[in-house]
Amino acid sequence: MGVDNPLGDNVITTSLDLLVNWSRKSSIWPMTFGLACCAIEMMATGASHNDLDRFGIIFRASPRQSDCIIIAGTVTKKMLPVIMTVYEQMPEPKWVIAMGACACSGGIFDTYSVVQGIDEALPVDVYIPGCPPRPEALLFGLMKLQDKIMKERNSFGSAIGLGERYIPEAA
Amino acid sequence: MAATETMTLNMGPQHPSTHGVLRLVLELDGEVIVKVTPHIGFLHRGVEKLSEHRTYHQILPLTDRLDYLAPMSNNLGYILTVEKLMAVEVPERAETIRIIMAELTRLESHLVWIACHALDIGAMTVFIYAFRERETVMEIYELISGARMTSNFFRVGGLSQDVPDEFVKKVSDFIDVMPGYLDQYEGLLTTNPIWLKRTVGNGVISAEDAIDIGLTGPALRGSGVDWDLRRDNPYSGYEKYQFKVPTGENCDTFDRYKVRLIEMREACKIVRQALDRLKPGPVLADCPQVCYPPKENVYNSIEGLIHHFKIASEGFAAPEGEVYHGVEAPKGELGFYIVSDGGNKPERLRIRPPSFVNLQAIEQMSVGSMIADLVAVIGTLDIVLGEIDR
Repeated sequence: MGVDNPLGDNVITTSLDLLVNWSRKSSIWPMTFGLACCAIEMMATGASHNDLDRFGIIFRASPRQSDCIIIAGTVTKKMLPVIMTVYEQMPEPKWVIAMGACACSGGIFDTYSVVQGIDEALPVDVYIPGCPPRPEALLFGLMKLQDKIMKERNSFGSAIGLGERYIPEAA
Repeated sequence: MAATETMTLNMGPQHPSTHGVLRLVLELDGEVIVKVTPHIGFLHRGVEKLSEHRTYHQILPLTDRLDYLAPMSNNLGYILTVEKLMAVEVPERAETIRIIMAELTRLESHLVWIACHALDIGAMTVFIYAFRERETVMEIYELISGARMTSNFFRVGGLSQDVPDEFVKKVSDFIDVMPGYLDQYEGLLTTNPIWLKRTVGNGVISAEDAIDIGLTGPALRGSGVDWDLRRDNPYSGYEKYQFKVPTGENCDTFDRYKVRLIEMREACKIVRQALDRLKPGPVLADCPQVCYPPKENVYNSIEGLIHHFKIASEGFAAPEGEVYHGVEAPKGELGFYIVSDGGNKPERLRIRPPSFVNLQAIEQMSVGSMIADLVAVIGTLDIVLGEIDR
């Protein structure tokens, strides 16, 4: 490594990006925010059989404590302002997962009352297709989000006013 | 003396214990509830309007997503209504499999209910246990229909396909172990002092009030009214099965909890009886005007392919008239009302969801109690916003 390591394995040298991204991806705390059918599969993913806790993913009931929002279900025009409020209450950095066909594109509900995809209002990081997606699909989507977080550059520096934050286009 | 006034508090639609997107506007005197006003419509997807533009077969996937905790019960309710309209006779094997799946669905729905209800009140372990068993039901769903939740398995005149060979063993194994798991939940809750403090005497509604409001299902039976459509207005061959209809005495949350637990045990017994009755045979009625042809014909003969294309593209024309059919879904009476003008699509489809009617009781059940007890009342009503808002 080119750096003397007098303390042996007790010290590791790394980049700030790597450390910050690693800690962020290892503690994604999503909102407990179920909208429809997908919320049940989200609960099933968090429960005993699949167990999200092993990824450091713990559901939080308050937007102030969470940094990821899983849009799990059909977004209606009546519900959209509420989702926007909750999203705005979340502190940066924050990520959005569109879970299921309804959140991705409106799904089978092409009607007067349904928003045709949450990406009309929020910046979506990961789309998970399915109606509803299997728990494995949600797990895969969350791991894709982790990959994406690991590719971010200078997000810590930009927060303290040093340079620009770089967010990758796709994971 | 200082003047006092009530406080208005907003609960939901983003609230972990409102079971989805229910919004309640509460009027509080201190911590005591004076008035509860439910605001609904946050999950209104226009299912009834969509149905007017789809053929009778195409409506079926929409019904899966009404009460998404009990997809097969919704399928059954809709399919039976269309079969009543078309006067189709269903083969016995199909009826028996329908009953097995309807009762497994009841188990699944009640499992999610006990998981969420206990979680809301603060018992996390039950949630973990109940979802473990739910996973087995989901595997059975997947085995027969390919989907975990939105099964879309029943068809007008029978089933979409016969069940695979391992189905009987898988269901039988599950029914064998399930009563033991129910004992586990009872061990965690029934004599638990915290559980008793939160549920006994909470959410009381008298039998007269329950009938006046139109409560159905466990919410009605918890108030001591002995009414179950499976026994009192049997459909799909339920009259051939022996089962008890449990009722409560004290009309409170604890009695409704006991009623649902006994219902789960009875559901296991019904499934066992149905497995014993299961005989080989056709699973789709011989009614070519209405039913899809068997898959072998579609793949191997031009007549079968044309038949399939005709049913899939334009469906079938229903006779003019109006028809209603109600089934005992896990949450209460689920009814479908179809008005047909003689075309291949319903002129109007009206759904009578049990949760929508049961939600009306929330005011009577919670006024005068503490705000924390409201969470227990929402849990005991077992509402699903998918079918309230439709």
